[in-house]
Amino acid sequence: MTGEPSETIQQTLSDARLQLAIYSATNRLMTHRAGAVGPDLLPEYQELRNDANQLKKHTIDHLDYYLELFERNVIAYGGKVVYCTDSQEVADFVLSLAKQRGAHLIVKSKSMTTEEIHFNERLEKHQLEAVETDLGEYILQLAHQRPYHIVAPALHLTRYDVAEIFSKNLGVENEVVIEKQTRIARVALREKFLRADIGVTGANFLVADSGAVVVVENEGNARLTSSAPKIHIAVAGIEKLIPRAQDLGVFLTLLGRSATGQPLTVYTSFLSGPRRSGEIDGPDEFYVVLLDNGRTKLLADPEKRQSLYCIRCGACLNHCPVYRKIGGHNYPWVYSGPIGAIITPQFHGVLKDPWLPFASSLCGACAEVCPVNIEIPKLLLKLRSEVTDAQRREGQGGMERWAFGIWAWVMTHPRIYLMLARMGGLFAPMLPKVGLLGKWASQREIPKVAKTSFHQWWRERK
Amino acid sequence: MSSREVVLQNVRKALNRAAGLLPTTLAAPRLRVPIMDRNRYLTLFGQNFEKLGGKLFFSQEPGEAAPVLAELLQGKHAVASNAPFLTTCGVTALPQVQSGFTEREALRAACSTADVGITSADYALAETGTLVMLASPAEARLISLLPPVHVAVFPRSRLLANLDELLTVLPNPAEQTSSMVLITGPSRTADIEQILVRGVHGPGEIYAVIVESPR
Amino acid sequence: MTQVLERLGFQVDFPPAQTCCGQPAFNSGYPAEAGTVARHFLETFRGAEYIVVPSGSCTSMISHHYTDIFAGDEKMLALARGVAPRVWEFSRFLIEVAGVDDVGARFDGVVTYHDSCHALRELGIKDGPRKLLAKVKGLTLREMEAAEECCGFGGTFSVKFPEVSGGMARTKIDSILKTEAGTVVSIDSSCLMQLQGVIDRAGLPIRTAHLAEILAGT
Repeated sequence: MTGEPSETIQQTLSDARLQLAIYSATNRLMTHRAGAVGPDLLPEYQELRNDANQLKKHTIDHLDYYLELFERNVIAYGGKVVYCTDSQEVADFVLSLAKQRGAHLIVKSKSMTTEEIHFNERLEKHQLEAVETDLGEYILQLAHQRPYHIVAPALHLTRYDVAEIFSKNLGVENEVVIEKQTRIARVALREKFLRADIGVTGANFLVADSGAVVVVENEGNARLTSSAPKIHIAVAGIEKLIPRAQDLGVFLTLLGRSATGQPLTVYTSFLSGPRRSGEIDGPDEFYVVLLDNGRTKLLADPEKRQSLYCIRCGACLNHCPVYRKIGGHNYPWVYSGPIGAIITPQFHGVLKDPWLPFASSLCGACAEVCPVNIEIPKLLLKLRSEVTDAQRREGQGGMERWAFGIWAWVMTHPRIYLMLARMGGLFAPMLPKVGLLGKWASQREIPKVAKTSFHQWWRERK
Repeated sequence: MSSREVVLQNVRKALNRAAGLLPTTLAAPRLRVPIMDRNRYLTLFGQNFEKLGGKLFFSQEPGEAAPVLAELLQGKHAVASNAPFLTTCGVTALPQVQSGFTEREALRAACSTADVGITSADYALAETGTLVMLASPAEARLISLLPPVHVAVFPRSRLLANLDELLTVLPNPAEQTSSMVLITGPSRTADIEQILVRGVHGPGEIYAVIVESPR
Repeated sequence: MTQVLERLGFQVDFPPAQTCCGQPAFNSGYPAEAGTVARHFLETFRGAEYIVVPSGSCTSMISHHYTDIFAGDEKMLALARGVAPRVWEFSRFLIEVAGVDDVGARFDGVVTYHDSCHALRELGIKDGPRKLLAKVKGLTLREMEAAEECCGFGGTFSVKFPEVSGGMARTKIDSILKTEAGTVVSIDSSCLMQLQGVIDRAGLPIRTAHLAEILAGT
């Protein structure tokens, strides 16, 4: 077997409430998306997907050029660009800046990239408080949990979970009404926004011709994070670049609709540099952290570099029947679902979680809804053969390879195949249910075999 | 070698590209601006704005806007931006309205306690019911963000069809401002049990007062 | 399948040396082993005018993935490219080559149709089988909510991740039950085997049937 998945998968499958939560949340997002990209509302949907794919391909294929163009424009508008090769460099930069400015409090808006680099934990080690301000992320931070879904991070929690988390950590009464819980968070975080020294956001897009960072959200916390404190730092993977502001027509049209069915999210911020002379508010300092952290590894593979086109909409998660059963926490990394399955092995090496590319029935629902046309099933297949190759080099997985070798031999010797097939069909129900047969039988009855095989039928009728 | 050099070198190595190489030509952006009678923009905007939970008022001329505002502001205290259009409409003259802030701290303090934030809007997008605000000496960022209610008063001529038309008339927002925000509905979340709640961090109520006016 | 094709006037041949398209090895990360079996397939069916396949996943393996397997081998790549236009999933063959949607079949009962993933997403087969079922006398077709959701088979996925696979099948079966259909039809036997296995384990009164079975009935 190519690696065993975790036992917590079984736990998740047996938790009826959690199954219902995952299913209904993803179902809601799927339904909304379907409405928003339907032929009546968005007849140009397929065309837009192709445009997005081509724009991303062009940008990624010429990434060095666009990085430098972006950098020049950030600087031209008074901002600074900080390249970081890995997670610790990002933390080092922020810590050093905070020290220089005497900063103690950071507010953060939702950013999967900062989850990836364990941003908050790294800062906490040095007594620098980084408060999550997206409601879902705020709750998770208090509960010390990681996000369950790229777009709906707390979808696994109930209002009762939230009530407990708030009363334990904020010293408030146990409040189970969701509107009131939101109010509690609004008040608690408003104080942080207005007191914070630094605001850290992610970036949905980096616009090369404008030196701009684009952040989309529904709550308003990213706006507050980037507008209230005197310093704004945007942390983004180098793959977030798009060439021109005018390309946002394609990307913004696809992103909201694919993620939640919204033609546009409530707030879309296009931020370029610190406040200009004459502007009354906004940050005095503007930094964009461009993170590699292994992305150049993915970039180096011509077939798989399309994994970097991802705009983090979450549609693949919502449509994946496997994600909808095992949920976000059973994936080994912060990125879950189909996109997580293809990038995790590329970042961490295929032998770290060798089961991951196999945890898919290759149904293709993900590729069907990906707004930038990433060929996810194709990449999963490629990764599967990379796993088996790597295992062979490490002297692992011999049994399975040998088994398939035998299988291939049988399949090229029809008479042997027919004999074995006949025997297998007749005897399988009697065999002890161990090994592969055991795995099949754990969920299903053994298939019944016809009395007369097709081969026999064909011979007999001549 | 600096991190900058390391990253760029790794990118070039991965792509097998020499430094300084220009990219292949990129097709012009495909912007889809619908061919629509401009008279339809107002109705369309209204439909979409209200679908999001916003409330729309229409005034035949600037003088009619202030009474609408006065009605909305009853018993409330508001901060208004320095947009000239607000003065034209007599909004800044209303008794409950504070405006003329040019200093960041004073503005923030006023916005933190105000019940309503009043701004104009640089553009509005009909297809999505969106308000477009560019930060400037006339428009501060926090007025449309801190108070729990946001009112935007603007002339009908600023209505555009959609995002693509905005990007057509404003291909380079960075040249104009450090912050362009597209506001599509009141602040909201469905993070807890997928139940929709409005007014998380931004305003939970938004109003648009559109004025029939040449500019 | 043979009965239906002969009823329509086609001459059907069945090369007895055929075994498998190679998909199980390919999907498990063993393209070389899959290639061995694929070679045998190409040899066995050399010269066939139309290769009709009662399986969406086998068809797409042959028409879409053989070129992936043989990417480095010019001679085999040419053979792979040559076979792609000759291989036809059964329902598509009926609609597009035979040009019929009524094959004179009869089936009394309520049926629901399961869109197998490879057929739907790799081959674009969606309306064809439904058209064929619509013309079967006595048959009532009732669509299930999650017709396009995966049954959970996925080849070796079914035994590598049996609980997840079983869970996916049970979700699918819930959807089938809501239609109150007595039979679920598909163009892929692997889907049917997966579903029937879970149905029998749960002791439910649902039958699975391949489209060919339904169309052969008179």
